[in-house]
Amino acid sequence: MTDATSSNVPGERSGKTSLYAQDARTKRRNAAEARFRAYGIAAIVVAILALIGLVSSILYNGSSAFRQTFITMDIYLDPAKLDKDGSGDIEKIAKVSTFGYAPLIAKAFEAEFEKPGIGVEGLTAKKAAKMISKEGPADLRRFVLANPDKIGETVTFKFLASGRIDGYYKGRVTAETAKLDKNVSPEQLLLADQLKEAGVLKTTFNFGFLTNADASENRPEAAGLGVAILGSFYMMLVVLCLTLPIGVAASIYLEEFAPKNWITDIVEVNISNLAAVPSIVFGILGLAIFINFMGLPQSAPIVGGLVLTLMTLPTIIIATRASLKAVPPSIRDAALGVGASKMQAVFHHVLPLAAPGILTGTIIGLAQALGETAPLLLIGMVAFVREYPAGPPEGFFDPAAALPVQVYNWTQRADPAFVERASGAIIVLLVFLLAMNAIAIILRRRFERRW
Amino acid sequence: MSAGLVILAVIAIAIGGFFIGRSRALGSVQGDVRKLHSLPNYYGQTVFLFSAVPALLVTFAWLLLQPLYVESQVSGMITAADVPEGGSMSLVLADVRRISSGLDIAITSGALTEDQLATMSADETDVRAQLAEVGIAVASEVRQNVFAAAKEYRDINAGLKITLTIVALVLALGGAVYAMSRITPDFRARNVAEMAIKALLILSSTVAILTTIGIVFSLLFETSNFFRMYPAKDFFLSLTWNPQFTGGSDLGIAPLLWGTLYVSFVALVFAVPIGLLVAVFLSEYASKRVRSLIKPAIEILAGIPTIVYGLFALITIGPLLRDYFAQPLGLGTSSSSVLTAGLVMGIMLIPFVSSLSDDVINAVPQSMRDGSYGLGATQSETVKQVILPAALPGIVGAVLLAASRAIGETMIVVMGAGAAAKLSLNPFEAMTTITVKIVSQLTGDTEFASPETLVAFALGLSLFVVTLGLNVLALYIVRKYREQYE
Repeated sequence: MTDATSSNVPGERSGKTSLYAQDARTKRRNAAEARFRAYGIAAIVVAILALIGLVSSILYNGSSAFRQTFITMDIYLDPAKLDKDGSGDIEKIAKVSTFGYAPLIAKAFEAEFEKPGIGVEGLTAKKAAKMISKEGPADLRRFVLANPDKIGETVTFKFLASGRIDGYYKGRVTAETAKLDKNVSPEQLLLADQLKEAGVLKTTFNFGFLTNADASENRPEAAGLGVAILGSFYMMLVVLCLTLPIGVAASIYLEEFAPKNWITDIVEVNISNLAAVPSIVFGILGLAIFINFMGLPQSAPIVGGLVLTLMTLPTIIIATRASLKAVPPSIRDAALGVGASKMQAVFHHVLPLAAPGILTGTIIGLAQALGETAPLLLIGMVAFVREYPAGPPEGFFDPAAALPVQVYNWTQRADPAFVERASGAIIVLLVFLLAMNAIAIILRRRFERRW
Repeated sequence: MSAGLVILAVIAIAIGGFFIGRSRALGSVQGDVRKLHSLPNYYGQTVFLFSAVPALLVTFAWLLLQPLYVESQVSGMITAADVPEGGSMSLVLADVRRISSGLDIAITSGALTEDQLATMSADETDVRAQLAEVGIAVASEVRQNVFAAAKEYRDINAGLKITLTIVALVLALGGAVYAMSRITPDFRARNVAEMAIKALLILSSTVAILTTIGIVFSLLFETSNFFRMYPAKDFFLSLTWNPQFTGGSDLGIAPLLWGTLYVSFVALVFAVPIGLLVAVFLSEYASKRVRSLIKPAIEILAGIPTIVYGLFALITIGPLLRDYFAQPLGLGTSSSSVLTAGLVMGIMLIPFVSSLSDDVINAVPQSMRDGSYGLGATQSETVKQVILPAALPGIVGAVLLAASRAIGETMIVVMGAGAAAKLSLNPFEAMTTITVKIVSQLTGDTEFASPETLVAFALGLSLFVVTLGLNVLALYIVRKYREQYE
């Protein structure tokens, strides 16, 4: 047999002398092989590039949301403006509106102008005060109402710079664009540079982004994620408290007790189909059943939680059934053999052994629910919410926002500074998701048993 | 007592019952556990279950049905004259609810007393101003009938709340006493408790069924309302989508369906070849090490929420396509377009297609590969002529599942595809989809009972039917295929 190849090779090859020289057909086939391989690699490269592009675009646009420009100034809390009769009566001080605080800030700028090297021709203190966020006077008023005894003193106060000044240091605004913009002037930018030089204006880490409530259309610099994070947390609490018991109970029944008949078949087909129903349909369900029929309040975390519960239930049932199935029958047989009832065998032995798998599935289901947006839009979570929801349990019925919906909300606004905020919010969302998935992976590595 | 307190009270009674039942069982045999039929905890469990479960079930059912009952009682008090021009009964009832909750706040804050309220009438006092004082805004002037209905609503609700408290507590205590009276050493507590737990397990597994029923009924009910206001023929056959605030809208599904299919088509054209090639490369060519690195990396794409893809489409892909393709080619000036949404959705679908096809490719028996290699085929020839044909039904199933995903996807198209309903072939133009319009019609300011809002339910039903059909078809194909090798 060995010498059969060396002598008469049939077909095209018969004229060739050497096996090392490839004929045309072999070359073609090898080239096709190499091409196919290259296609595969190209496909993987495209997929990985898409992932890298996605993540880097979000990081590039969003990381600046965590830094914010602040202007720190000494403000003289003038009793003549804030507490005219000098009574110190808090109700009278409260009558001074936010507008009454604007002159104090202008005064502080006048004081700055007296310092050497600060001041731009044609820029009055009043115009310079526009560099402070519209939230600034409101912040100052809140401070005074909380500390009425400070009236008459000079306090050092840290103001948010307006969105445009902030954008100047993040590359969104330049002297060119400022000429066309009625919210900012090139002179203000010049002054901002001088203030930065003098250490009055600083860009620092922005804790407010994580804790503040949402802010209105024209003060993006004050908008934060506090309400959205709290709302999402409440919803996840509702989802966890409902899906885990219901999902585990349903899986135990289907996996361990259900007789094989047409009813069980319907339930199983139903669950796998429910897992593939578009999420927006669950939103319609929530609107029709929970809000219109049961009369639960709109934009409340309880409604969002219920809708997300129904949505994640199939995921959790499928994961739980898989981990119950992975527990070998010998465990059940041994328990039954020493006299346990079927129920005892399941609850005392099978369930604890399946617990790591169930927990992993639950965390992944929760992560899915956390990122879900579409159904929440339909149940009114898009509403503009400035108030923090109360503590549980009443807080579940208060209006709140949710992280992904807040992102959508911000993308619908005109000011380009909100794009940065939206991307920053996505980073926060992704960090949460990453943490949850990491916990799931650690749990699996640590406790999973291979039988 | 509020509903939450009632539930807590019931649970407290049940927990108390558990311990009393347990000690009663032990007491009946003077502490000699061997004489009991079951372990003492099971006696406690029967008391717990008998007292908590019926009381809680009744409470939940009651809370669900109470609004319906009260509204049917109250709506009889409102005459046709009370319904404002162009308004509807449901709006008036919403007002009734708001006024009655306003009255509650007014009384708790001390602005009103119960006696004042009893003699108050909307004809004499300005109810609207009084409610505004406690922070409740009512849209229109309060008519006497509406105000009387609100008072009645409040009274019935208060009465029902007291009844619910009594019923729930009586049920909880009665159940506990009944279960305790059954405790004797011979009582088969374990069997009873296990039966009850099994019943709870069965109840939980019906939640999925109830969800489906809820989806189908809520969609069907509102869709039939819609078709009573708007002819079904126009909805399915009209080629224009043009909702108006003032009525007389054109609500044809055709442009939306076209947009949906076009975006999904672009997404699949992008995702299916790439996903398939990735799956083939990872399962046939890649070494174990490469596979263990690449596969999880690609699956990260599947775990990213769709809102992230939406933002990516909005701030990166959209402007990119507009500046480098659409405008130089003179095909469009909009950053949201079919191609934007389709491409980004395609990225989202890659891991979906690749991991599903990976599974089916791995399910092709090794013997078929070996046979092909033995005949002298190269690896790529084996893939193309043996593996892919063998895996074809599974791959078709995967593509169908991906298509159903694409059709039901919402956030990417809301943020990337635009809002204009158009029947056009240009992929650089903004078009809209069914899901986008469901969102915009249901989050808009139009009145709920108008065809412009209700059309969202008809769209939702169409979406549900299409995606369900695709899923069932895909599962059918995949199942049929699996039978061949097992």
